Amino acid sequence: MTEATKPQLVYVTEIRATPEQVWQALTDPVFTARYWYGTRLESDWQTGSPILFRKPQGEPDEGTVILADPPRTLVFSWKVNFGPLQGEPASRVTFTIERAGEAVKLSLVHDEFEAGSKVYEALKGGWPGILAGLRKTLEG
Amino acid sequence: MDAVFKALADATRRELLDRLRAENGQTLSELCERLAMSRQAVSKHLAILEAANLVATVWRGREKLHYLNPVPIGEIYDRWIGNYERARVAALADLKRALEEKSDD
Repeated sequence: MTEATKPQLVYVTEIRATPEQVWQALTDPVFTARYWYGTRLESDWQTGSPILFRKPQGEPDEGTVILADPPRTLVFSWKVNFGPLQGEPASRVTFTIERAGEAVKLSLVHDEFEAGSKVYEALKGGWPGILAGLRKTLEG
Repeated sequence: MDAVFKALADATRRELLDRLRAENGQTLSELCERLAMSRQAVSKHLAILEAANLVATVWRGREKLHYLNPVPIGEIYDRWIGNYERARVAALADLKRALEEKSDD
């Protein structure tokens, strides 16, 4: 598999909110727990800082803030510590927030998966629900 | 949501979504293969899908990669499956009431 064809997950959603509200929803554990299947994302969200993904059960997942540029770009690594997925190296998540008229366009690229990644397969089914939940959380 | 339904109301655009479902992350050139249609026409269809957020795009150098974005379709499902379930429950409740009234006669 060449660099160019490595699998990546790409999603987009439009949310009737401000970029600042979307940023808060991504970085405030009280918000993330509402749409990320109960997962609290805990970090001070400074570039280089650690992130803990505290799930309702089991070991928290771990990550590092690769880039935090509020309220526009958030890039972090994510190492999943869940059962059969826990042996895999960290992958990378990039959120981009742009104004789109009265709304905000939130783009997500999840990449840097290892070949044959199980995390990729798991998140392929998970991200659409997380993004729809994020939108519902903000739009009420 | 109008944009989503308008975008889906076209067989060529649904075909493009099917192709992305089969293989995500294709370029315009790849999507044009085996389609009896001009590059410009395909490009126009993709723009409509992208405007409706049914397709998400990422640039890789000078190439634009196209990804099927299922989020709007998931929201349509959530919206009407919920109502359908409630309607079905109400219909069953009506039926039960009707049968009970009948047996009271």
